[in-house]
Order: sequence, then C-alpha cells, then structure tokens
Amino acid sequence: MNAQQRLSARPGGYNSVVCIKQVPDTKKITGDAMKADGTVNRAALPAIFNPEDRNALEAALRVKEQYGGTVTAIAMGLPAACAILREALMCGADKAYLVTDRKAAGSDTLATSYILSCAVRKFNPDLVFCGRQAIDGDTAQTGPQIAEKLGFAAITYLEDIEMDGDYAIATRDIGTGIEKDRVKLPALFTVTEKFGELRPFDVKRVMKYKKAKAPVENGNVALEGDLAIGQLSCDDIGAAPERCGFAGSPTSVNKIVSVVLAGGDYKEVAPTDEGVKSLVDELVQDHTIG
Amino acid sequence: MTTDRSKGEVWVFAEQEDGVLSDVPCELLGKGRELADRLGVPLAAVLMGDGVEPLAKPLFEAGADKVHLVEDPSLKVFRGKAYRHAFVSMIKECAPQIVIFGATHMGRDLAPAVASELRCGLTADCTDLQIGQYTDAKTKETFDNVLLQIRPAFGGNIIATIVNARNWPQMATVREGVMKPLEKVSGRTGEIVRHAAGIDGVEIPVEVLEIVRRHSSVNLKGARIIVAGGAGVGSKENFKLLYDLADALGGAVGGSRAAVDLGYVEHERQIGQTGVTVRPALFISCGISGAVQHLAGMQDSAKIIAINTDKDAPIFKVAHYGIVGDLNVVIPKLIKAIKG
Ligand SMILES: Cc1cc2nc3c(=O)[nH]c(=O)nc-3n(C[C@H](O)[C@H](O)[C@H](O)COP(=O)(O)OP(=O)(O)OC[C@H]3O[C@@H](n4cnc5c(N)ncnc54)[C@H](O)[C@@H]3O)c2cc1C
Ligand SMILES: Nc1ncnc2c1ncn2[C@@H]1O[C@H](COP(=O)(O)O)[C@@H](O)[C@H]1O
Repeated sequence: MNAQQRLSARPGGYNSVVCIKQVPDTKKITGDAMKADGTVNRAALPAIFNPEDRNALEAALRVKEQYGGTVTAIAMGLPAACAILREALMCGADKAYLVTDRKAAGSDTLATSYILSCAVRKFNPDLVFCGRQAIDGDTAQTGPQIAEKLGFAAITYLEDIEMDGDYAIATRDIGTGIEKDRVKLPALFTVTEKFGELRPFDVKRVMKYKKAKAPVENGNVALEGDLAIGQLSCDDIGAAPERCGFAGSPTSVNKIVSVVLAGGDYKEVAPTDEGVKSLVDELVQDHTIG
Repeated sequence: MTTDRSKGEVWVFAEQEDGVLSDVPCELLGKGRELADRLGVPLAAVLMGDGVEPLAKPLFEAGADKVHLVEDPSLKVFRGKAYRHAFVSMIKECAPQIVIFGATHMGRDLAPAVASELRCGLTADCTDLQIGQYTDAKTKETFDNVLLQIRPAFGGNIIATIVNARNWPQMATVREGVMKPLEKVSGRTGEIVRHAAGIDGVEIPVEVLEIVRRHSSVNLKGARIIVAGGAGVGSKENFKLLYDLADALGGAVGGSRAAVDLGYVEHERQIGQTGVTVRPALFISCGISGAVQHLAGMQDSAKIIAINTDKDAPIFKVAHYGIVGDLNVVIPKLIKAIKG
C-alpha cells in the first residue's frame, strides 16, 4: 500500500459482504462416503470452509485493512454452517449472519443466488466477494448470478484489487491472459486461490469468538452484543417463497450414478527390456508411433 | 416469440477474442449438430464483437446453419454486462430451445448472468448432452425431447443428469476439449442474421484498462502423443525423464494435479477435471494413481499405457497396457527401445 492509495480511498472506507459456504470435503471421499444408491453420504464427510471462499474473505479483509470499512460474512445453510462463520469472525470479520430456512432447501444456483442477493441487499454493501466456485457443486454460477440480481458490476476470477474512490481497479484472470479493469461500485467479485491465502486466526479473536452463537444454537435466544451471529429467514430478507428452494429452482436432478470404474483387462507388459521392446514394436506396427 | 417452443433453434455461443475464434465453438457445434438434427431444428452460432463477420465462415464450415451476428464497438472486448444485454435480447426475440456455452472464463462469466436474467436453469461443466425424455418424479408429468445435461459432481465421484424441463431455454456450459468438432466442410455456408446490440444508453460499469495475453507454449490438446507424470515422478528434476521420452516420440508432457501442486510442472500442463481434457492417440501415464478427477481428463485417449509401482492403482482400470514397475527403470528402457 502506498500513500496515494490511501488518499484515493473513500472516507469511511468500504463496506464488504463475503458469501461463504460450508461444503463437504470432496477430496476426502472414500468408498464409504458413497451410499449404495449412488448418492453421497454427506454425513460421512468432514464439513469445511469452501477453499476459495477463504480467498474471498481475505480479499475483503485486505480492503478493510488498507482502506477502512467493515466486513460482513454471510453463509446460507444448516445451523452447522455457523462453524465457518465463527472462523470468519476469528480471522477478522466484523459481523456474521446465517441465512437458514426450510424454504431454502433444494435450492439450485438460481434460487441460491436469489436468496443470497436478498440477504446481501440488506447490508447495502459497496463490495461483495464470493469464492469463484464451491467444491461440492463446482458450478461457479452463484457469484455472477447474485451480481445480476443486485444490478452490481460482476468481476470474475479476481486475483488482486485496489480501490480508487468510487471505483475498484481489479486484476482478473481471463484464461488466455490477465486483464485489468476499472469497475464502478457497487461491484461483486468472484475470487480465485491466486488472490492469496486467508490470514491465520487472530489469537485474541479466537478466545472471544469461539463463544459466538446463532439463536438456533442457543435455544432460539440471541446472544448479547458482539458474540451474536445474526440469523435470517427468507421472510427476514424479503425473499419471495416461490423463488426459493425447490419451487424457485428450474433445474432438477434426473439421475445420479456413482463413478465405478470398469475395466481392468489391460495387457500386462513386463518391466524388462524384452517386455518394453515388444510393446514398442506393437505400437509401431499399428502406427500409433513411428 | 415463437409460440411452439419445440421449433426453437439450438444455439452455440461463438466465443472470440481479438477477432480470433476460440476452439470451443467448433467443438460445441459438433455436439450441437447432433442435438439439432435429433430435434429437427436449425443449428445456429451466436457471434458477438466488433468487425467479426469474417468468423461466420469457419462457423458454417464447422456445422452451423445460421450465424446470429451482433457487431458493435462496445462489444469489442468482452464485458459481461454488454454481452449479457445483447445476448438476452436475442434470446427473447428468437426463443432458442437450447443454448450452449464453452465452460471457459468468458463462458462462465456470461452464461450465469444470462440465465439469471432470464430466470432459467443452467448446468455447468457438462461432459455430455443428449436429447431424451424426462418424468418429474413428483408430478409424474412427462416431457419429451428435453436436454439431458450430464456432468460429474462431488469432485468427480458421481455423474448427475440434470434437466430443466420447464423454464426454457435449456442452458449448459461444456468444458473445452470434451466435445469433438466435426470434420470441416470447406465452402459450406449458411444464413447470417444481423441483430442490433441495443445497448445505447445502457451504463456499462466496467472499463478494460489493459489485457496481457499469456502466450502458452504448451499445446496439449493438439498433441498426438502425451507423456504425463504424477507425484510418483518424485521431483522436478526427474521430470526430465518424461521430457526425454516425449522428445523421442515427438509428444508433449502433461501432469496430474499433484505434480502441478508439487511444482514439478506448470499449471497449464495439468490434465483432468480442473485442467485440460485430452484424447491423444497415445497417452503414457507415469507415476499417476488415477484419481477420478484425473481420469476425467484423459480416459478417452485412444491408447493408454500406465506405468506404476502399485499394481492396484486405479489408473490400470483405464489402461490398455499396464507396466507394474518403477518409472525410473521403465522409461529409460522405453526410450532405448524407441530409438533402437
Ligand atoms: C475438485 C477436484 C478437482 C481435481 N482436479 C484434478 C485434475 O484436474 N487433475 C488431476 O490430476 N487431479 C485432480 N484432482 C486431484 C486428484 O484427486 C488426485 O489427488 C491427483 O490426481 C493425484 O495425483 P497423482 O496421481 O500424481 O498423485 P498420487 O495419488 O500421490 O499418486 C502417485 C502414484 O505414483 C506411483 N508411484 C510412486 N513412485 C513411483 C515410481 N517410482 N514409479 C512408478 N510409479 C510410482 C504411486 O504408486 C501412486 O499411484 C482434483 C481433486 C479435486 C477434489
Ligand atoms: N449456500 C451458500 N452460502 C454462502 N455463499 C454461497 C453459497 N452457495 C454459493 N455461495 C457463494 O457462491 C460461490 C460459488 O458457488 P457455486 O456456484 O456453488 O460454485 C461460493 O464460492 C460462495 O462464495
């Protein structure tokens, strides 16, 4: 950060919302995580803070650190998702909210982005950060769709950000290269792992925020002050029921099969000079090589 | 709007940058041709940019019957909102029944925004698309000729078939390299339909200041022979063995994600679900276990040779030739046999 950047920041800095998702750790999928009917037994998998949402949180914290402002984390999901909201608080988020509602069950990306857009709107942010994609669905659709619904500029694949008054200067990966954009606020960014890792927990904040709870975790009573994780229902955020959950989801899953590899009847080649030579001869003969 | 939606066209987004057509549109037209023929409707490419009309020719040659062309200075470089506006108004006007995008950075930026504005479904990263029947499990309502959108989910551990039978158009993105382009038909032409961008007065909140293109020296997708290494190669230095083998064969070198994460090879060489999809004539896999996410990017190779010390490694399940052994011993023997 240099002096010029500080000068060009808005007075009061920038208010950011970060959308974070709790996901099953798909890297740890083993045989027993698959049910006999081919569906995934989510209970058998550890639930984690979606990796690129950590990068998104880092982006918001960096903007706050450099230019001032606030960071609000929002997760939509079951009460268990409060675990990652607590992590966000421990890393430096100012406030955390859980959007949880039966009406949201079965939401595809269109319904999810609708619900999240209603929640985000409540906070009237300058900047919204999402992860590029969640590792359970790998769709990368929710971020751009939230932006469309809010009428915000959308910048995907964010790798770096600087602020300049009412604009952000964003560096993004466009696949075939790197692009630098000047973006009018309010804007939403989807952040990739290249942005940089989430800072470690702040020790003092760990002591404090490990006690943070949402009402659902506390006999439906909100905690006092800082330790309260906010809880929002579809009604609270003004989300129309017909656009949430199954009702608001145009896509449906027709069929699921688990990946079971067939085969195994390969030709065995001995790791010897003769074995390898006969293999090469065979490949030359059928014109694969040579 | 056409009232009979079953007459709607099949559309493919013809992504271009700097007036150069990407590879994906021609791949998607290959699949699109099959879908359009099955439905008995025209196949069209949607081409947007500034001064891009010459790109219509390769699109016709790759199978398009029509090209919907929007030319406007504001579309010269890709900006999500400008492209979305132009795209959505064309969809409203022409009511296509299927719209397919490449799952590239551009496609994954544009497609969700278009779907969101139209409030229709979108399935990301499909590995196959088919036309078929769908019965709603709850209402028992049956739909004919819907787009079956097939994709891996849960880190590649399941394959799901997704449909959006009610809110058309049916939209999907497809990863690069997954669909095969048709044989190019020189001189094949079609109809160009011009559309206005209609974005005068629309505020575009993004100004592109600078683009620095990466000049990739790696062309895995075009390689006839690929030698790929994984964590089992052991070090960056040891990858030289694989380069030597590739040189001897006139092939290219690729890697698993573990090899990339360990810094043995560059990211652009990663093969698999989150890397490139390849289907070379010969794929030699060295020290790769064969995780589903990796297999997703290479299992359609014509011939697969697997070299692995672990006879139970899953890679052997997709291999045509299996060598249970140490790559450090086997590769030099291979090079010797090829050169000899
Ligand atoms: C969402 C998601 C996306 C992913 N995308 C991809 C992707 O695009 N591409 C990808 O590759 N992976 C991907 N992965 C990671 C994938 O799950 C595996 O972790 C990865 O492919 C493992 O790489 P590897 O086989 O090189 O390493 P390992 O699994 O560690 O296997 C190394 C192998 O080398 C063998 N070996 C060791 N020494 C020798 C020797 N001297 N000679 C011969 N063999 C030896 C071992 O027996 C072992 O089988 C993804 C994972 C997730 C969750
Ligand atoms: N349930 C959710 N709660 C909070 N954020 C979410 C949720 N689902 C998706 N997101 C955000 O949208 C991004 C992309 O998700 P996806 O479209 O599922 O790949 C994630 O990285 C999150 O930032």
